[in-house]
Amino acid sequence: MKRALFLIPLLLFIGLAGYLGFGLTRDARILPSTLIDKPAPDFDLPPLLPGGQGLKTADLGGQVSLVNVFASWCVPCRAEHPIWAKVTKDERLPIYGINWKDKRPQAQAWLEQLGNPYARVGFDPDNKAGIEWGVYGAPETYVVDRNGRVRFKYVGPVFEETLKNTILPLVRKLREES
Amino acid sequence: MRLIRPMLFGLAALLTAFAAAAVQPDEMLKDPAQESRARALSAEIRCLVCQNQSIDDSDASLARDLRLLVRDQISQGRSDGEIRDFLVERYGAFVLLDPPFRGSTLVLWLGPAIVLLAGAAGLAIYFRSRRRSAADAVALSDDERARLERLLDDRDRRA
Repeated sequence: MKRALFLIPLLLFIGLAGYLGFGLTRDARILPSTLIDKPAPDFDLPPLLPGGQGLKTADLGGQVSLVNVFASWCVPCRAEHPIWAKVTKDERLPIYGINWKDKRPQAQAWLEQLGNPYARVGFDPDNKAGIEWGVYGAPETYVVDRNGRVRFKYVGPVFEETLKNTILPLVRKLREES
Repeated sequence: MRLIRPMLFGLAALLTAFAAAAVQPDEMLKDPAQESRARALSAEIRCLVCQNQSIDDSDASLARDLRLLVRDQISQGRSDGEIRDFLVERYGAFVLLDPPFRGSTLVLWLGPAIVLLAGAAGLAIYFRSRRRSAADAVALSDDERARLERLLDDRDRRA
């Protein structure tokens, strides 16, 4: 029994190394959202496009939807952009855009060039809505349920893998919820 | 050679410029008391883009937005605590450079103390057992003592 005591520091070391090693596998730049399972924050943005619709809290809910934060200066936004056209077509899932910290002419030209998959696009040049949503970079994507509650946040560009393995299964689950 | 001094001076000036805060003149509040409150508060708020800088230090555009927000709320008469709560509600406790004491930060706050105590306990146990084994040592018998003296004498004679 007493002989085994020398193992204690070794076990402590293994425990600590395991704990810290696990920490290394997580991306420290991805922060948990404080909004999860809470109602979407209060915001009201004017439309980005002439004749288009703006975006406000009351527009969310009624059905499951995505909220996507994007900007024309944001390269990963450009990379993920084609996936949204696919999602609106294949899944009949409305995607609402928040055009974040952008300039109107550039943002309009960007959507003209790449196509506009968004049901509504709110224009947020001075980060008013962004701060309410806790946005700290673009792109960010939120899943909002039919009661207007935020259920999931994804930081960074959404590609096929995240869409198939995480976002769409969640959307299907939320659609079954009443 | 004569150039070294001015060059050093230039370098020092350059470094000071880098160390200076990121606050731009157009962001500052007119009231110096409010501005210094804003500076102190911003120094406690993490820039979420650069993460290990405060918004007071960071040139990131998001840091500027938050500096303006802090100043806007100060001029609206909000207290430091209210502004901090406002930011934590939206960005999470991570936005504070000084982490609050709560369930999820227990390891962070208590971990070092626990490691220190465990180390101290380990040392105490080690020294106590060593002292005990020293006390438990059996004294030499008369035979052994005589033999020891003979050996020591032998060695002295040889030397």
